[in-house]
Amino acid sequence: MWSWIPSNTSLIWQLTWENLKLGVLPALYGLVISLPLGIIAARWRWFYPPVLTAVNIIYAVPSLALFIALIPTFGLTDTTVIIALTVFSLCVILPNVVEGLRGVPPAVTQAATAMGYGPLRRLALVELPLAIPVIIAGLRVGVVSSISLASVGQLIGVSSLGYLFIDGLQRSFPTEIYVGIVMVIVLALVCDLILVAVRRALTPWLARA
Amino acid sequence: MSFFSYAWDWVTTSANWHGSDSIPQQVLAHLGYCGLSLLIAALIAVPAGVAIGHRGGKGAVVVTNVANAWRSVPTLGLLILLAVFLGFSALTWLVPLVVLAIPPILVNAGEGVAGVDPGVRDAAKGAGMTTWQQIVQVEVPIALPLILVGLRTSAIFVVATATIAAEIGLGGLGRFIIDGLASEQYGPVAGGALLVVILAILVLALFALISRLAVPAGLRGRGRKE
Repeated sequence: MWSWIPSNTSLIWQLTWENLKLGVLPALYGLVISLPLGIIAARWRWFYPPVLTAVNIIYAVPSLALFIALIPTFGLTDTTVIIALTVFSLCVILPNVVEGLRGVPPAVTQAATAMGYGPLRRLALVELPLAIPVIIAGLRVGVVSSISLASVGQLIGVSSLGYLFIDGLQRSFPTEIYVGIVMVIVLALVCDLILVAVRRALTPWLARA
Repeated sequence: MSFFSYAWDWVTTSANWHGSDSIPQQVLAHLGYCGLSLLIAALIAVPAGVAIGHRGGKGAVVVTNVANAWRSVPTLGLLILLAVFLGFSALTWLVPLVVLAIPPILVNAGEGVAGVDPGVRDAAKGAGMTTWQQIVQVEVPIALPLILVGLRTSAIFVVATATIAAEIGLGGLGRFIIDGLASEQYGPVAGGALLVVILAILVLALFALISRLAVPAGLRGRGRKE
């Protein structure tokens, strides 16, 4: 039963790579979209509640349903899964961007202004760096969820580690299923650890404290 | 044809509302899977979260990290694994859904209780309350908004994921989706998806209502992080 693994390593790696792309790209796109939206929402308070409500409603949409809703427009392709997962990541990362920026103590922003920082420099050099831990916390959930949800894409034929689940089901072959589950978890945890390392690298002042 | 026109055509076809495997039946089946899983998850995670939050200390950090790792478990994989070993037993769908539902409830219950003002805790002790009374009469009501948010998040996840159960032959709204995909008929696929979305939105509304009714007016602002 376990001999299946060594004879199928290239398949496993290929599926893992597909799953990685389907998991990381959406989280990155989600971050890229959340940053400007979050900056606006943190600054102009009236903007946030409507955006948050829209985001919450979309978050309630089941992943499979969202994949399906996108099929007429984007087909049974990777793009469909990536767009749907990007929307989900948005739902998790945007609130964290806003919270992170809002969590910067007013005394710090005032000190920066007093030192002559214009709003843009202040944002880039003071507020965003201080918001990094909270933003990265959201990014971690986004990446881990996307990697796990990407396997559901297999139900609409988009290749990922989910293939091992479906194939394992059809052949009643548990080994494949175990491998699939373990690889998804390992992939997600590795990405999680990388993000923790990134956070440590970007916030050296926290380590010194 | 767009997603909505496919879905609308299918939902308004009266044939789909009668007979076996009809819409009402699958909705009920779906609600059954979700309701039971959520109930069991809540019975496990709320007391555990409250206990961890009450003790405070490193527990909260550990719980957050464990919950994050937990999120990585692919529910589809777990479901299929159990299906291969257990076949059609109730445990096949119950275990993955309960596993899925526990983290948000646990983390939020822990955070909610841990976030209770120490001054308030002290006052409760000073008023002569036993630990049990402290927890039940003071800490849990204060933590209630966050606990409800956790329950709501889990409810949404469970409603969404129960659709996948159809892949291993169970009922629920996923049945329309999976069967439609297999027979290349987009009508039931879109219709099933639309119904799941509507159900999820109803769940959101239900929790908003529960929140309004159950949370005392003085505590209502605490659901949002300050």
